[in-house]
Amino acid sequence: MSELATDRRTTPNLSAGEGSKKSYWSKLGYGLLYLILSIFAVIQIYPLIWLVFFSLKNNQEVFGMSPFSLPQDPQWGNYVKVWTQGNIGVYFFNSVWMTVLSVFLTVILASFVTFAITRMHWKLSGLVLGLFMVGYMIPLHSTLIPLFNFYNTVGLIDNPLSIILSQTTFNLPLTIMILLGFYKAFPREIEEAAVMDGCSVHRIFFQVTLPMTIPVLSTTAIINMIYNWNEFVFVNTFISSDQWKTLTVGINNFVGQYLTDWGAIGATLVISIVPILLTFLFLSNKIVEGMAAGSVKG
Amino acid sequence: MSNKYIITLYTLPALLLLLVLIYVPIALSGYYGLMDWTGIGQMQFIGLENYANLMKDEKFWASAGHSFLLGIFSVLSLLLYLAVSLVLVSKIKGSDFFRKIYLIPMLLSSVAIAQLWLKIFDPSNGMLNKLLEMFGVENTPVWLADPNTALYAIFVPIVWQYAGFYILIYYAALKNVPEEIIEAARIDGATPLQIALKIKLPMISAVFKVTIMLSLVGSLKYFDLIYVMTGGGPNGASEVMASYMYKEAFELNNFGYASAVGFGLLVICLAMTWLTSRLTKSNDNVQY
Repeated sequence: MSELATDRRTTPNLSAGEGSKKSYWSKLGYGLLYLILSIFAVIQIYPLIWLVFFSLKNNQEVFGMSPFSLPQDPQWGNYVKVWTQGNIGVYFFNSVWMTVLSVFLTVILASFVTFAITRMHWKLSGLVLGLFMVGYMIPLHSTLIPLFNFYNTVGLIDNPLSIILSQTTFNLPLTIMILLGFYKAFPREIEEAAVMDGCSVHRIFFQVTLPMTIPVLSTTAIINMIYNWNEFVFVNTFISSDQWKTLTVGINNFVGQYLTDWGAIGATLVISIVPILLTFLFLSNKIVEGMAAGSVKG
Repeated sequence: MSNKYIITLYTLPALLLLLVLIYVPIALSGYYGLMDWTGIGQMQFIGLENYANLMKDEKFWASAGHSFLLGIFSVLSLLLYLAVSLVLVSKIKGSDFFRKIYLIPMLLSSVAIAQLWLKIFDPSNGMLNKLLEMFGVENTPVWLADPNTALYAIFVPIVWQYAGFYILIYYAALKNVPEEIIEAARIDGATPLQIALKIKLPMISAVFKVTIMLSLVGSLKYFDLIYVMTGGGPNGASEVMASYMYKEAFELNNFGYASAVGFGLLVICLAMTWLTSRLTKSNDNVQY
């Protein structure tokens, strides 16, 4: 028995000549694989590099020269121009505070629900969870006209509250899904011990459960942040005045004004994606984790 | 303080939002579909007229056809993503780095992606046509301005955007295939290709089915990118269900009819979700 095992394991080493030939082919094979992966990486990243290039060019350079040429004389003025001429600063600030508020609300409300569903026994918990899960399947466009009419009736059209409420609600199902996996896998002993010690449910939630779930809370917060920062339809539909527009919608209208000024358009787009890229640079592991967790559960 | 009180306190805020902002609106969408309504004035009940018109509205069915076409493309592109993921897990150094590079487009807003690709597809100064000219291609296509190419051109940024997302999912699933099984196959003399196709692929079939559903149903809801890039044009060549609804409502003020379109979109999405989940489930039963 053991003889057979050793025999099998050593077989490849016996024929030394074949082994070296094999390593030559496997080296070539790996080289080919790296080539494929690298080409794919270039396709994924080069459009963005090109964007940065043309944001620093003037029109003569964009129109006259190769798309692969570096900016001859970087036109930093493009950035100054778009930041000072339009409302980008306002849009930027709106995106920040609306995103922060929506993320906070989603994460705390979803934590409440997940806590009630996984840590308490009640008849309707399955139904409530089901409502949230089905909510994930509903296309938001089907709700758009009734929502528009609703906000119009209650005076929330062109009011940032309509954006915060909508973003919070539509991100609840995914957030609960991610939290649920974590809560279920997490031992309940600590919370049970706190009950024994006579802690109230509120204290357990705020002082035991929430601190324990910080890793998954940060994951969901980052995923929510990206979704809210990039959200387009709600802002485009419910907000009409410049003072409440977010960066995503603001730049879309703004870019339209420039029509043929490629440098200005490029600079605007770069400004809008830099915060997301910076977040990714520092928190890529968290983002990868959140994206994977959210999808596979669906 | 009873448990019931706490459960209500903890679930009610989120539940109220869910009901008021998602469930009530979808019911209302079906109801508004029964109305003649411009959005501002009084609604007038007209029975099933909007729904009857929807059934024979060629523009709607053309846009539904485009949505399904995008769905089929998206599912086919999953094979490409899967192939890349299989390469990534085959003991490649720097696979982590590649995975993260691939994911970057997924993090950008659809508006930024749309604006960027509008420039890439620009007929005279865009990166794509300049590249083609460098290779000596004359009469370069006008891409988004040509009804014959617009929808296919739009599909390119969609593949670009979602590649990293699906590769991430497949990579995670492939990493979960037990190392002992792969090792056993290797000892038995299986080539890396055999291991990939005959062992790794079947072991992640459940995940693959989930992604089919995600990409198919997701495609039916495409809106942002198309709305910004072509607005459904030229001449309806890239119109999809959501953009058709949006145009009817917020540009033509046919809120009643648009509500019927929105309700149709909902029914089609839920039906496809149900159908794909059923199909994938029955397959599972056969397998095990």
